[in-house]
Amino acid sequence: MKVVEVPVIAREEIAEGIFCLSFASEEIGKNIKPGQFVNIRIGEGLQPLLRRPFSISRSDGPVLEIIFNVVGAGTRILAGKKKDDILDILGPLGIPFGVDGEYETALIVAGGLGVAPFPFLTELLRAHSWRIETFLGARNAGQIAERFLENVHVATDDGSRGFHGTVVDLLDHYLREHPPERPKIFACGPTPMLRALTEYAIRTNIECELSLEGEMACGIGICQGCPVERVRGPKRYALVCTEGPTFNCRDVQLN
Amino acid sequence: MKAGFSLRGVEFKNRVLVASGTFGYGDEVKDLVDLNKLGGIVTKSLSWKPRDGNPPRRIVETPGGMLNSIGLANIGVDAFIEKKLPFLRTLDTKVLVNIAASSVQEYCDVLGVLEEHEGIDGYEINVSCPNVKEGGLSFGTDCAKTAEITSRLRAMTEKPLIVKLTPNVTHISEFAEAVEHAGADAVSAINTVIGMAVDHKSRKPKLSTVTGGLSGPAVKPIALAKVYEVAQTVSIPILGIGGIASMEDAIEFMLVGATAVQVGTMNFVQPDLGVRIAQGLESFGRERGLKDLGELVGAIDAKVELSVLQSWL
Repeated sequence: MKVVEVPVIAREEIAEGIFCLSFASEEIGKNIKPGQFVNIRIGEGLQPLLRRPFSISRSDGPVLEIIFNVVGAGTRILAGKKKDDILDILGPLGIPFGVDGEYETALIVAGGLGVAPFPFLTELLRAHSWRIETFLGARNAGQIAERFLENVHVATDDGSRGFHGTVVDLLDHYLREHPPERPKIFACGPTPMLRALTEYAIRTNIECELSLEGEMACGIGICQGCPVERVRGPKRYALVCTEGPTFNCRDVQLN
Repeated sequence: MKAGFSLRGVEFKNRVLVASGTFGYGDEVKDLVDLNKLGGIVTKSLSWKPRDGNPPRRIVETPGGMLNSIGLANIGVDAFIEKKLPFLRTLDTKVLVNIAASSVQEYCDVLGVLEEHEGIDGYEINVSCPNVKEGGLSFGTDCAKTAEITSRLRAMTEKPLIVKLTPNVTHISEFAEAVEHAGADAVSAINTVIGMAVDHKSRKPKLSTVTGGLSGPAVKPIALAKVYEVAQTVSIPILGIGGIASMEDAIEFMLVGATAVQVGTMNFVQPDLGVRIAQGLESFGRERGLKDLGELVGAIDAKVELSVLQSWL
């Protein structure tokens, strides 16, 4: 874990309103794993005050990418960053996706910007010779960010591309026709989607790991601001920043 | 130039500490900060038993600050002694353990257990958490209760005893006076200011507990006024807290009467800020030809006595 100040390499819009920002850090690049995140100080002064957490979307040696859309003051400033602007980045943070175990098929399920960590994960899974099926849900065709993903199946809310409906229903339809070999689901997206997916994974007895979002100030376990309720265990809450953001879907209660 | 200060015989190497609840138990940030360069570390509040804390949502960013309602989530005194104290003992800085409790007896129990262990340089008593139902603010807004807790704990320890005061009272100086008489060695001021954030679309409060504690640069003017008020009233040292984000902020607190400062919310943004401020203060003092940074304490050039009326006239 390090704080680095590094220049922006490039900023591009990869889908409607979805931006990709790249930067290079040897220290973070050599240690970061898929599912981990960085916490970025966006403003130079006190506004916005707090860092903003982002999953790493791709990693190529020291070069790292994040993707995001503009949802508030912080991401608006970030979307305006240009090449050579300096970013203050804390990372790598959090627990990576678990890729050990007797699995063969990765079922990647992403809703909206939940796609963020999966290009990086796809690269790792490919290196471990997993079969990968990717299910992307978005409001419409313009908001599908499918770069660097494998075997992409699309669901849109308005039916403008692919399956007309939710990404969890799309997954269900697909798996009925193509029963997977030793599958594990990796998912990230809005809470209602993750809740539906958790029910589905439990019902169909498929292993499932979620990457959760949490509002956090520090990203390193000191502010205690990002609890998620545990289903069991000695403590009532886990912290998304240090005990996640990746969780077995059977361990957490999404409210 | 002398950078440090002492409290009941305990020497702090400089005047910058990190505030309770903003620095964990130190080990969480050891890779990011040279902890030995801090004047001291005030731990996350400890209670007798572990506490889960409040349900989410616990934090909301506000202009120049943040609201929190953590609810004193902590590992409890036993786990602290077993898992955190051994690391803290290895550090060349002062360790102040912050204690929070929901009864007078619980404060005594926690302090009693801690007294049996090496490596603790003093105590900061939290009677001012706005985010728990029992204890917390109900003690900190009751002058007699605050004094009772202070004198009970005073009788149990020879180590520095610091009481952390809330700004959520009409006259914070009355509380400072009460704890001074009850034997406190210093006061910390201020804890968070009660605040609220509302989502206008859903018509719901943003925090699960409706209100929470405001901290960060947004509260600095409030904190300066409270420290100034306390400094006019008591002679024990004040540890100034409230939105400190720079060396200049730290000097402002010293000028209004703080002997030392604690960096709080900004640790979340820049964990090594306390060390940078300590270094900045040293250079500042040397450049200005000070012999002792203590020369800054209370050195404000205020021509008028503190008066709410006067400040408006």
